[in-house]
Amino acid sequence: MSAKKMNSLQAVNAALHQAMADDDKVIVLGEDIADREGGGVTGATAGLSTKFGDDRVKSTPISEQAIIGAAIGAALAGYKPVAEIMLMNFTAVAMDMIFNHAAKLRFMSGGQSTVPITIRTLTGAGWQTAGQHADHLEGWFAHTAGIKVVAPSNPVDYKGLLLSCIQDPDPCIFIESAGSLFIPAEVPDDLAPIPLGKARVVQEGTDVTIVSWSSQVIRCQQALAPLAEAGISVELIDLRTVSPWDKEAVLASVAKTGRAVIAHEAVRHFGPGGEIASTIAEELFGQLKAPVRRLGAPYSPVPFAKVLEDAYIVSPERVVETVKALMA
Amino acid sequence: MAELSNAPAPTPDQLVDIYRRMIRIERNDDAIRKTIRLGRLVMPYYSARGQEVIPATLSSLMTDDDKICTIYRGIHDMVAKDMPLRPLWAEIAGRVDGTCKGKGGPMHLTHPESGVMVTTGIVGSSMPIANGLAWAAKLDGSRRVTIAYFGDGASNIGAFHESLNLASVWKLPVIFVCQNNGFAEHTRYENGTSVDFIAKRAIGYGMPGHTVDGNDPLAMFAAAHEAISRARDGEGPTLLECKTFRFHGHVLGDDDKYMTKEEKAAAIAKDPLPAFKAWLVEQGHATDESLAAMQATIEAEIEDAQEFGLASPLPSVDELRRDVFAQEIPA
Repeated sequence: MSAKKMNSLQAVNAALHQAMADDDKVIVLGEDIADREGGGVTGATAGLSTKFGDDRVKSTPISEQAIIGAAIGAALAGYKPVAEIMLMNFTAVAMDMIFNHAAKLRFMSGGQSTVPITIRTLTGAGWQTAGQHADHLEGWFAHTAGIKVVAPSNPVDYKGLLLSCIQDPDPCIFIESAGSLFIPAEVPDDLAPIPLGKARVVQEGTDVTIVSWSSQVIRCQQALAPLAEAGISVELIDLRTVSPWDKEAVLASVAKTGRAVIAHEAVRHFGPGGEIASTIAEELFGQLKAPVRRLGAPYSPVPFAKVLEDAYIVSPERVVETVKALMA
Repeated sequence: MAELSNAPAPTPDQLVDIYRRMIRIERNDDAIRKTIRLGRLVMPYYSARGQEVIPATLSSLMTDDDKICTIYRGIHDMVAKDMPLRPLWAEIAGRVDGTCKGKGGPMHLTHPESGVMVTTGIVGSSMPIANGLAWAAKLDGSRRVTIAYFGDGASNIGAFHESLNLASVWKLPVIFVCQNNGFAEHTRYENGTSVDFIAKRAIGYGMPGHTVDGNDPLAMFAAAHEAISRARDGEGPTLLECKTFRFHGHVLGDDDKYMTKEEKAAAIAKDPLPAFKAWLVEQGHATDESLAAMQATIEAEIEDAQEFGLASPLPSVDELRRDVFAQEIPA
């Protein structure tokens, strides 16, 4: 089986090429995505318009509502559009289309309408782009019934999960996060789609379960060695899909370890960690050896100054401290 | 505003078909309002009484394959598009036999078989989605057209501007049909809109724009014919501003404080239905008897649909877990 070493952006590009080659109903739209415009600001869509033509791969005006609206309409007519919203904060401009329409049309039509769109969007702190270019807003979308929220951490998952999103019969938001984009890995050429809603156990362990996703998984992985040195056996779960989330895998792990930390890059206040923590508390009360802990960004917009941005992100050191405190 | 080209005159059959759609809308609206007043239906109702000519004329030029996206004041658009009335009534009554199994309701009916793809409760949101349906028609290599219906108020929301621009840049087979009834909810047109004619805004988006008397079937036919032909022939979008008036306020039961009694009375006195009926007879396109028979058939259809809808079972609470995703949510 052949494989190529690639980073997560290259994995996205590979998935798009594969999906478009396999299914002529797959179409792509977004700002600057065609090769005439450089194949996307990150290059994620490079080569698609040259290979598949300007009808199926369309650069758009800077009109986020119009982008998502066009994706929804084409989906209602049988296509599988992949829309790029350049940055996650810009989804705010298209929110009516996403949450009043894409997410709800199946239910509100009694199952007649199906909106198999994928919204790819980039975000994440670390590049000093500050408060309107870097928010992790997965909680916004997870709170709306009818949309799946996918947040991979590594090139294999970026490719395999994107393939699944594109073929999924429901709308998916696919979060590409700064902290996870440029770490390369071997990705099989014939990688099968990775099912949505299934977590991955990054490392097995017996003392503490850490639940994370997206770029925060990388920072949790960096905490594993110091924790092992401290004699703490950590089970790290990469949720991969934030909604619907893999309750079964998380509860099975915490039932085994009796301790849980949920770590995400999103703001902690009303963040997705709260839902997971309370589910653990409801289901496993009595089996827990310590209170469930949540780690997330402070209740603040993403800052610009590097010193502030560094403090904003949940660092590997904070993960280590939190886990050690739980074991104390 | 561009001059209309010489569209062919409608045939007598087409004229009678337009009237059939108008009377079907009007009789159905009358039945809905009566049923609400009797307490047999509980629903928010945005009557389009007075606006019948617009969708009746456009629909007479559309096929089942052509699509529409409409808005909360849109039951007239659906009836004009020949949506069957039984599932329509079951839906507005919130019953399982409704087009949406009672999960959409009167502001959100969907019926793809008759081309009613989306009905939105959000002002302006019919337009971005209509563009996507039109893009799909282009990709399919089909001559299908899509109409986005909306009101004058929607021409001031961002979705209108983004949609017209994209449709023009992509040369989409879509027609933007503004049913300008003079009021954006309670706000008089001139207090919320920067131009005297919405059709002028088409200039800014590089497409033809026409202001039409939306209560005149002949003027509407000419404008509709041109816009639909243009879209079918791959020449791109058109903005049609169809001037009209709504007889029953923004939502049924509102007290119309924002309009004068005189202007409302004057509009009702110019009701296009009796005028068009008299004209059809006068021109020899129909007789009083033939139109009365047509109306009786329609009234029987409505009565049947009403009884069917109100007798249909209520949905099971299990429906809350269905259709959120393709796969049912576990209990």
